[in-house]
Amino acid sequence: MKAVKRKGLALVALAVMLFSAACSGNSGANPPASNGGGASSSSTTETTKAPEGKKITLGFSQVGAESGWRTANTQSIQDSAKEAGYDLKFSDAQQKQENQIKAIRTFIQQKVDVIAFSPVVESGWDTVLKEAKDAGIPVILTDRAVDSTDTSLYETFIGSDFVEEGRRAGTWLVEQFKDATEDVNIVELQGTTGSAPANDRKSGFDEIISSNPKLKVIASQTGDFTRAKGKEVMQAFLKANPDIDVLYAHNDDMALGAIQAIEAAGLKPGEDIIIISVDGVKDGFIAASEGKINFIVECNPLLGPQLMEAVQAVVDGKEIEKRIVTEEGVFTSEDAKRELPNRKY
Amino acid sequence: MKHHLFWPVTLLALLLLFNLLYDPSFFSIKIRDGRLYGSLIDILNFGAPLMLVAIGMTLVIATKGIDLSVGSIVAITGAMACMTISKGTDQNSLGLVAMAVIMALGLSLLLGLWNGFLVAGIGIQPIIATLILMVAGRGIAQLITNGQIITLNSGNYKYIGAGDLFRLPFSIFIVAVVFGAAVLLTRRTAIGMFIESVGNKPVASRLAGIRAKSVMIAAYLFCGLCAGIAGLILSSNVSSADGNNAGLWYELDAILAVVIGGTSLNGGRFYLAGTVIGALIIQTLTTTIYVINVSPEITLVVKAFVVLVVCLIQSESFRQAIVSRWKTRRYPAEKETTRHA
Repeated sequence: MKAVKRKGLALVALAVMLFSAACSGNSGANPPASNGGGASSSSTTETTKAPEGKKITLGFSQVGAESGWRTANTQSIQDSAKEAGYDLKFSDAQQKQENQIKAIRTFIQQKVDVIAFSPVVESGWDTVLKEAKDAGIPVILTDRAVDSTDTSLYETFIGSDFVEEGRRAGTWLVEQFKDATEDVNIVELQGTTGSAPANDRKSGFDEIISSNPKLKVIASQTGDFTRAKGKEVMQAFLKANPDIDVLYAHNDDMALGAIQAIEAAGLKPGEDIIIISVDGVKDGFIAASEGKINFIVECNPLLGPQLMEAVQAVVDGKEIEKRIVTEEGVFTSEDAKRELPNRKY
Repeated sequence: MKHHLFWPVTLLALLLLFNLLYDPSFFSIKIRDGRLYGSLIDILNFGAPLMLVAIGMTLVIATKGIDLSVGSIVAITGAMACMTISKGTDQNSLGLVAMAVIMALGLSLLLGLWNGFLVAGIGIQPIIATLILMVAGRGIAQLITNGQIITLNSGNYKYIGAGDLFRLPFSIFIVAVVFGAAVLLTRRTAIGMFIESVGNKPVASRLAGIRAKSVMIAAYLFCGLCAGIAGLILSSNVSSADGNNAGLWYELDAILAVVIGGTSLNGGRFYLAGTVIGALIIQTLTTTIYVINVSPEITLVVKAFVVLVVCLIQSESFRQAIVSRWKTRRYPAEKETTRHA
């Protein structure tokens, strides 16, 4: 009996070791292997001073890999960190704030030079950001903002202006329906409840379309930025509201799911229901070039190079702007058809 | 003593009644493009994966176990199937799709075996043993897909989750076959009794000559297979594999469906039909919330409230407490009047 138990314990321990090994293998650039020789224990303490010629260590906590957009974002950051010769400690939060806070605390303990992260949600960051500030580690926000009133907690925020994206989507719609005599029924697929892109894309859109009282949002529900939910929610929308004219989806993936639901209902996406979407990932562009999405507001994920510039500036002690906006465009289906071969993500 | 399906069916009927009053078009079913089209069909179609996972979960819970890894197995099999198909030259070829399905289901059996081995072979507590795969599984799914969302263009694969047979979604027939097989195996052979006996008292069952370990491993195997089929349906429904979000929190919905269906978490008795009704209740509730346009911020609160009510009504002792309170009111003044009357 005892022998069996001991064997079991050993097996569990082995399993745990295997899993943890797999995890650390996953994070890509790990310090001991890529620190350019030298005892790893002493090198970690040295990094805090960041002497001349020493590799800059960047801790980056990503939201997750919930969409093609995010994957392109991750890829861009990993590639440009490699190019810049930084030591990147990458951590995936799998859409959970507690994972992200844990990752940031780990970065603080490891005494990285700069911490960058895309917050999963807007609120609840003050404590952990203050810990980073007390440890003297500068923080850069990418892609998503935090609602903290104390702006000294982070150096800069690099990313898209989500409110502006919502406004652009709204502006196009208002332009399309400026001569409308009847009510235009709009349904909205929101992103993850409470996330900055969902809140801002909604408020920017609402702000613009309120100029025309004929434009009415008749249903709005979260689709969690995923295809499966987008399809499920759109299917329910179609049953509950027989007369939908416009779909506004907060990202391409939800729009792609909704397109399947619209087709299943025997309607033509892009014609019977006008579809507006945000992001501009590859699959979205393909759908747009087929005329299934009428208008895409781009949200550029390739902000790796801009992030690395900011990291360098922060390490060098230069003043940088509190808000760096990424360059982005808008595309109708004709534009999409033309642009499709040039898309990188 | 009422039939064990009385409360689940009543609750489902109440939910449907609410929808009927709110918007009668909820029940309208039309034929569109040669298939039936309506909210009820949607509930069956989207509820199919949950029903499958819950059926498997029922048998595991009946052995006094629990399987938290089903959501991850859903993600892994979906990823595996989509990856296999996307690597092929002709995505639509029947042979390739069949191979992908077989590989994915084989993998799900393997994962079920792993759970069974940890629980029955090594003797780890089920909740911990399956937690391992629940946590690691999403990572495995992302290793398979490289963290990308894989989009397929395969009509044959899409048929599994979005195709139709005799004007009904094909997924319903898959559920019917699995449900039928489970009922036949557990109620027409001795396996069902073995499972209940192991759930009641594994040691006594072993002494009575039942191979308790084999029974438990078989339950986890079956549960893994069910989750695997559900993973195929889910990924094929949207023609893409999403390692991160496919089947997220499915284990919790499945456990809830099992409990609503009247199966005891203490093991030893199970009701497969009740589980299916439980899964339908959950899916109807989700669809209802979309239809009545609850604002997204409070969706989960509404859902939780309904689930709370459902569970309270299900509870025998709660019902008795209410009834006895109703019958024996203790207002002194009231007693006084009855005494003098």
